[in-house]
Amino acid sequence: MSKIPQQLIPLAIILVIVIGVFIAATDMFVPESFGKLGHFRADAIQENMALEQVYAGSDACYDCHDDIVETKSKSYHKGLACEVCHGAAMKHIDSPEDFIPNAPRGRGYCPLCHGYNPSRPSGFPQIIADRHNPGKACMSCHNPHNPLLPNAPEECAACHREISNLKMLSHHATLPCTQCHTIEKGHKTSPKFSKAHKPTDNTTCANCHEKGSSVNKDAPKLNTEEHSERYLCWDCHYPHYPEAN
Amino acid sequence: MKKENKTIRPEIERRAFLKNCSKTLPSLLFLVASFDVQSILAQENSSYDASKHNYAMGINIHKCIGCARCADACKTENKVPREPHYFRTWVERYVIPENGEPIVDSPNGGINGYPEIYEKRNIDSTFFVPKLCNHCINAPCVQVCPVGATFATEDGVVLVDPKWCVGCRYCIQACPYGARYLNPTTEVADKCTFCYHRITDGKLPVCVEICPTQTRIFGEKGKKSSPLRRFFKFNDIHTLKPGLNTKPKVYYAGLDGEVI
Repeated sequence: MSKIPQQLIPLAIILVIVIGVFIAATDMFVPESFGKLGHFRADAIQENMALEQVYAGSDACYDCHDDIVETKSKSYHKGLACEVCHGAAMKHIDSPEDFIPNAPRGRGYCPLCHGYNPSRPSGFPQIIADRHNPGKACMSCHNPHNPLLPNAPEECAACHREISNLKMLSHHATLPCTQCHTIEKGHKTSPKFSKAHKPTDNTTCANCHEKGSSVNKDAPKLNTEEHSERYLCWDCHYPHYPEAN
Repeated sequence: MKKENKTIRPEIERRAFLKNCSKTLPSLLFLVASFDVQSILAQENSSYDASKHNYAMGINIHKCIGCARCADACKTENKVPREPHYFRTWVERYVIPENGEPIVDSPNGGINGYPEIYEKRNIDSTFFVPKLCNHCINAPCVQVCPVGATFATEDGVVLVDPKWCVGCRYCIQACPYGARYLNPTTEVADKCTFCYHRITDGKLPVCVEICPTQTRIFGEKGKKSSPLRRFFKFNDIHTLKPGLNTKPKVYYAGLDGEVI
């Protein structure tokens, strides 16, 4: 029988102790659920799921405020959750009387979405708050749950502000929009379904700019057919700002 | 025998038995009922099956009006510090001039609005881009975490374990989208969870719930009933930084080539 070398015995003891300490330490420090579903603590998923909810969601509002929700569901604000304006309301659902959600009534809140900002998609209804009935609360004319305008916009600029601003600087400033566009009645209340008509050929421009036209004697005159050849006027000239090139 | 039978009297009299019954029955019933409720609750908890879900988000840039109500609501829902620079989601404004570098800003995530554009160059286009954690399939933050405190769940959400995180900030450095921050109160890394506590409860993430123009669409990949399906069908879809092979799960429609 070969004898175990003497030097190995203390080494073996140390090895056993190290392994023992390692096992004890991992047992002590690594959480139980670690590695159950991967290299992480599986309980963290449950803990994440159990976090407190602060926003209740629109469905919850319907249970009590069905009349308002229904009015709103037919209006332009149908895509707007109640809590956008009224704030987080889970507390209100837990104890309806102790926590009343906020209702913004001043002029400060609506322009967060409806204030004019050139980066916003054109067609989104925007106003310049400083010029739009200053001092008057939005709610005195508009019902936020059914924000149809009390009077359909009289000015095209109410929605097409950018174009109108540009046209103001140009020689076309005095022309009304209806000079070139025909607008059906429905366009003002549901612009997406009743679009404004745009000119389709050069006769609209030729109306004023054709040689010998007497509609507007200040307008520069030329032989439009010869000048345009096979192109449309607005291929080269931007009608809302014809000076630009 | 007969006599013996007579002497054996029941140890409890009928009256006493009934009396005792009437006393103990309610508590027994209550016990049974509470067990039942507990088992139902346990069932409900386990009825959420993560393997059946694969969450993702769509963002339509053409619809975003930059009101940043999403960023504001997210801070409320998830108790993100109110000071600037701590965001789980935020809205960036892009201003792309005719020539030269585009200008990108997001003052306080857009929550207080944007300053006017003072730009001498002609502007080609300007728009808003909401940003958040992309919940990448190959998430760099998960790879670099030295302690396994951030991980991808089975239903495709990247989460942080605040009890296990040591606050080393590796993940914040690793994220190519800048979606992570170090929470100053808990001193651990934090980021968007797709509102995991809401979606597992059948609700929408709060930014999707709050978005007034339906810019954000939340749903599941590979489910026919998901609103994302329509979003994919009718839009050209791009992701942010596709060259990094992180495979983001936040999909953008109308994404300008200048957006990074």
